[in-house]
Amino acid sequence: MFDLKNNQNSNQTPKNNEDYKIKDNLKDESRRNLLKNTAYATAGVGAVCALLPFIDSMNPSKDVQALASVEVDISNIKVGEEKKVMWRGKPIFIKRRTPQEIDDAKKVELSELKDPQNDSDRVKAGKEEWLVTIGICTHLGCVPIGGQGEYKGWFCPCHGSQYDTSARIRKGPAPKNLEIPPYEFLNDKTIKIG
Amino acid sequence: MSTNNDHKSHINDPKTPNEELQVFHSIHNDIDQSITEKSKIAGWINDRLPIIATLENTLKKHPYPKNLSYWWNFGSIAGICLVIQILSGLFLAMHYVPNTKHAFDSVEHIMRDVNYGWLIRYIHAVGASMFFVALYAHMIRSLYYGSYKAPREVLWWAGIIIFLLTMATAFMGYVLPWGQMSFWGATVITNLFSAIPVIGESIVQWLWGGYSVDNPTLNRFFVLHFLMPFLIVGIVLIHLMALHTTGSNNPSGVPMKSKKDSIPFHPYFTIKDMVGFAVFFLVFGYFLFFYPNALGHPDNYIPANPLVTPAHIVPEWYFLPFYAILRAVPDKLGGVLMMFGAIILLFFLPYLDRSKVRSGAYRPIFRKFFYLFVINFVFLGWLGKSPAEGWYIWASRLTTMYYYAYFLLILPILPRFEKTIPLPDSIDEHFKQKHV
Repeated sequence: MFDLKNNQNSNQTPKNNEDYKIKDNLKDESRRNLLKNTAYATAGVGAVCALLPFIDSMNPSKDVQALASVEVDISNIKVGEEKKVMWRGKPIFIKRRTPQEIDDAKKVELSELKDPQNDSDRVKAGKEEWLVTIGICTHLGCVPIGGQGEYKGWFCPCHGSQYDTSARIRKGPAPKNLEIPPYEFLNDKTIKIG
Repeated sequence: MSTNNDHKSHINDPKTPNEELQVFHSIHNDIDQSITEKSKIAGWINDRLPIIATLENTLKKHPYPKNLSYWWNFGSIAGICLVIQILSGLFLAMHYVPNTKHAFDSVEHIMRDVNYGWLIRYIHAVGASMFFVALYAHMIRSLYYGSYKAPREVLWWAGIIIFLLTMATAFMGYVLPWGQMSFWGATVITNLFSAIPVIGESIVQWLWGGYSVDNPTLNRFFVLHFLMPFLIVGIVLIHLMALHTTGSNNPSGVPMKSKKDSIPFHPYFTIKDMVGFAVFFLVFGYFLFFYPNALGHPDNYIPANPLVTPAHIVPEWYFLPFYAILRAVPDKLGGVLMMFGAIILLFFLPYLDRSKVRSGAYRPIFRKFFYLFVINFVFLGWLGKSPAEGWYIWASRLTTMYYYAYFLLILPILPRFEKTIPLPDSIDEHFKQKHV
């Protein structure tokens, strides 16, 4: 089995000065260290591999991923009105803007903006009437209220961030414009979000 | 450590359990708060919290008998099973819904939709069986080598409490998927308490939180199933504390007499435990990846239906011997008492076994009764899953009687007649007989 007599002294260099013994010992030690480190490394890789499925189990599951897109009927939204729908558990604002609001949004100089972006980059060409945004304040995740604030866009009640009629951040602590979700017009009456 | 530690023992040949403790503590005397780890951070921490000294004492300085066989692997294997169950259970609990309307579906959701959910659930279900394999092996080891005898009574009791808590936890866990076996298992087991005279009925209603097994029952079982493993961890720490105070028993059963009888845990038993883990995980993996449902019951994939009892209702395999005892007795209260008594009896084992010789290896007649006991126990399990009719009933009555007779008659009386084989002088000598 194992050599018990050597066990007591195995970690110490021999007391006598015979060079060959010390050399042998060092050689043994470095071999043993290589074996030890190889074993540790293998065990470490194994442990990480074993952990991965557990960590992945906390990612969105397949049924959650399957709910990744919704279709919305927009035919009943009047000019100036806003509709809220849920997409991936988040509120989506679908705003049918008035000509005045579109005008206000287009007039703004990029240099005035904290997160510079043209209004035309935030709507679909030819469908400027429709502004679709994720209704979550980019500060700390509250839901802003429509038609309020100095810029007549959205106002976040939590910390006073103010957005304009293109849902761009104009004032307050939020760093970014309201996010635009991926969406497309299936026809004049329906959009598909996601 | 205790006061035993203060005076050096001059006993060379411990005869009584108390002397054994004194000798063990004097061998174990060099345990102190200084550490061999040289890094500055380790030193800084240890001066404030002696955790590194504790680890070093346990792993490097604590004396273990050098003749331990592979039967001594099952404690650490049971330990790793507990860790696996807690970890996999934690991740399952993130997806499971403890409500009668959603429980079954949420388990199927785990199996089909959650990333690697099938793997985690099968780890948990097969892991429960593996845990019991380890526990039973660990207990059979103790029964054969007399590990429950003085001075290790408290160590043994802590072990029985772990066994009981684990059975309770496993039972409640089996209810959670809310399949047919879950529901009817829960109904049968909770109804055991209705056998208690006068207050039985109220106790059962209290357990249920209603007039049958229903949503309140499921909800509390989930909470308790989550809580109890952590209680088990607590008792395991007590179990280990007792182990480090009395030292391990060994295959010869003779007490440790000097340093020569011992080796440190690390590296000898860390390596040996790894070998045990490797073999154990092969068996675990075999079931996990090839037969994950072999140890369960197919009826549990049918959603719970309070109107229809399955034709043949059986508990999980690890409860079968005790279930057989329950059914062997033709009286409601009697059956329940005999079943619980079969485990309660284990608490008295240190006093029932009168033999001065610990290890079964030196008790030729005991050994035969012991093997018969093991075969009898397995047979009880087989009877537990057979239908309760005809000759099965008579067989289970006979096996139940032998189970009790082993503890109540054979262990107390046998030592009066038995001529034991001479013991080796020391662990060192036993080791040399075996390995040199």
